[in-house]
Amino acid sequence: MAEDQSLKPLPVPNADTAAFWEGCACGELRLQRCTACGTAQFPPRVVCAACQSGAPAWEVASGRGRIASYTRVHRPPSPAFKADLPYVVALVALEEGPRIMLGLRGAAAEAPRIGDAVLIRFDPPAGPHGIALPYAVAMEDA
Amino acid sequence: MSRRAIITGAADTAVGELPGSSCMGLHAEAASLALADAGLRAADIDGVLCAYSFTEPHLMLASVFCEYFGIQPAYSAAIQAGGATGCLMVMQAAALVEAGLCRHVLVVAGDNRLSGLSRDKAVAALAEVGHPQFERPFGVTIPALYALVAQAYMHEYGATPEHLAAMAVACRTHATRNPKAQMRKPITVEDVLASRFIAEPLRLLDCCLISDGGAALVVSAADAARDTARRPVAVLGTGQKNTHEHLVAAPSLTEFGCRESAAQAFGRAGVSPADIDVAEIYDSFTVTLLVELESIGFFQKGEAGPAALAGALDLGGRLPCNTHGGLMSYAHSGAAGGLFHVVEAVRQLRGEAEARQVPGAELAFVHGDGGILSAHCSLVLGRA
Ligand SMILES: [Zn+2]
Repeated sequence: MAEDQSLKPLPVPNADTAAFWEGCACGELRLQRCTACGTAQFPPRVVCAACQSGAPAWEVASGRGRIASYTRVHRPPSPAFKADLPYVVALVALEEGPRIMLGLRGAAAEAPRIGDAVLIRFDPPAGPHGIALPYAVAMEDA
Repeated sequence: MSRRAIITGAADTAVGELPGSSCMGLHAEAASLALADAGLRAADIDGVLCAYSFTEPHLMLASVFCEYFGIQPAYSAAIQAGGATGCLMVMQAAALVEAGLCRHVLVVAGDNRLSGLSRDKAVAALAEVGHPQFERPFGVTIPALYALVAQAYMHEYGATPEHLAAMAVACRTHATRNPKAQMRKPITVEDVLASRFIAEPLRLLDCCLISDGGAALVVSAADAARDTARRPVAVLGTGQKNTHEHLVAAPSLTEFGCRESAAQAFGRAGVSPADIDVAEIYDSFTVTLLVELESIGFFQKGEAGPAALAGALDLGGRLPCNTHGGLMSYAHSGAAGGLFHVVEAVRQLRGEAEARQVPGAELAFVHGDGGILSAHCSLVLGRA
């Protein structure tokens, strides 16, 4: 059986996001920080969304954050996700400020609570673009 | 005299499962019904606003419709703002006639999302709203994205699954009085809480329907409205606000643009939420309606759920809301879903809502939201 997991919509990096995905593939969570106003941002883009200055700088983030919200998904967007059901998707507020969406794994997914501390990890690189998707585990598991 | 735009025609097709229907066929049927309602001929229309389609997508949907319907208006355009589109088309049409660019603007949308797409395809098409690199790879659906809002909102303001369920029950209760509604069997809070999870905390009955159907309105300049057939309804105030597109980039998970969008519309109309007799508010999910009721100012934070459980949204309640049954019980056929809310508001203000009529309704509020509470548009309508 096994619905084809390779049909999952893996990211296709572009000029805005390549540095982020390269970071994930080497185990780094990279954020942008504006050199003019200091705001950290995610998703990456060519301008700072707080002040529209150009060329925000890349930095390696702590990889630590807290659950801002979560949901356990019972109906998937496509058959490619069926084998994972039910799975937990969360928005995590990073220590640096921006939120990121990812899956929760391990104890973090069993009984998640808003405010729980989590640590970001990465899957092994996969697919034609070598994408290492981030996920989060409970801080105590780390 | 007032230069305010007047809604002179309003109509919708049958809704639900309509085998043999097509996207453009539903557009044409709705347009013909709205023109007849206004007492106008196709040749009187000098502006056309269309939206988008899931079953017959096209870069230039207004051109596609005008060709199909056989009209060549002086102005036509398509607007895409998800669930805010219906209200946004009316806002745009009002601006066009108030600016003197058009006399009669036809606003029309329709789709055969139920018979023209498999359920899996409908779910997959909607999931494309998620960010392709930073949301979709994690397996989110539109219900999952709204579930993330629901969880955060419940955590911050103490809303409960029962409070969410009360929204679905209120819409269904109205739908039982509407012979056209797709879902008319009464439901209880217990029924909602017993339905299967889609994305926690949202269950099947927390979600809108998938339907075939079309709707159309004619928005006319004040001086041109005198030529038309029915009791006119004025567009008294409009407002719009966008705060984000993707939830991952939303400035807040509990505060959204509906507050400012509605405040603009109320301000321009010179009225307040307490003056509104009937509200038709976008209800893609129970949480959508609950958040909007509280953010717009009809209820304090944490109050909408308990109030709805006590009947506040029903006929005779403090704010009869979604009197046709809304997206959760009347129908949801793409961009026409948001237009059904506008059509119902017009019927209420004309006193044509039959068993679901709010007695003496003079002021109506309509709200649409698109994306994940991303784009908002609000209308205040009144008897002209
Ligand atoms: Zn900046």
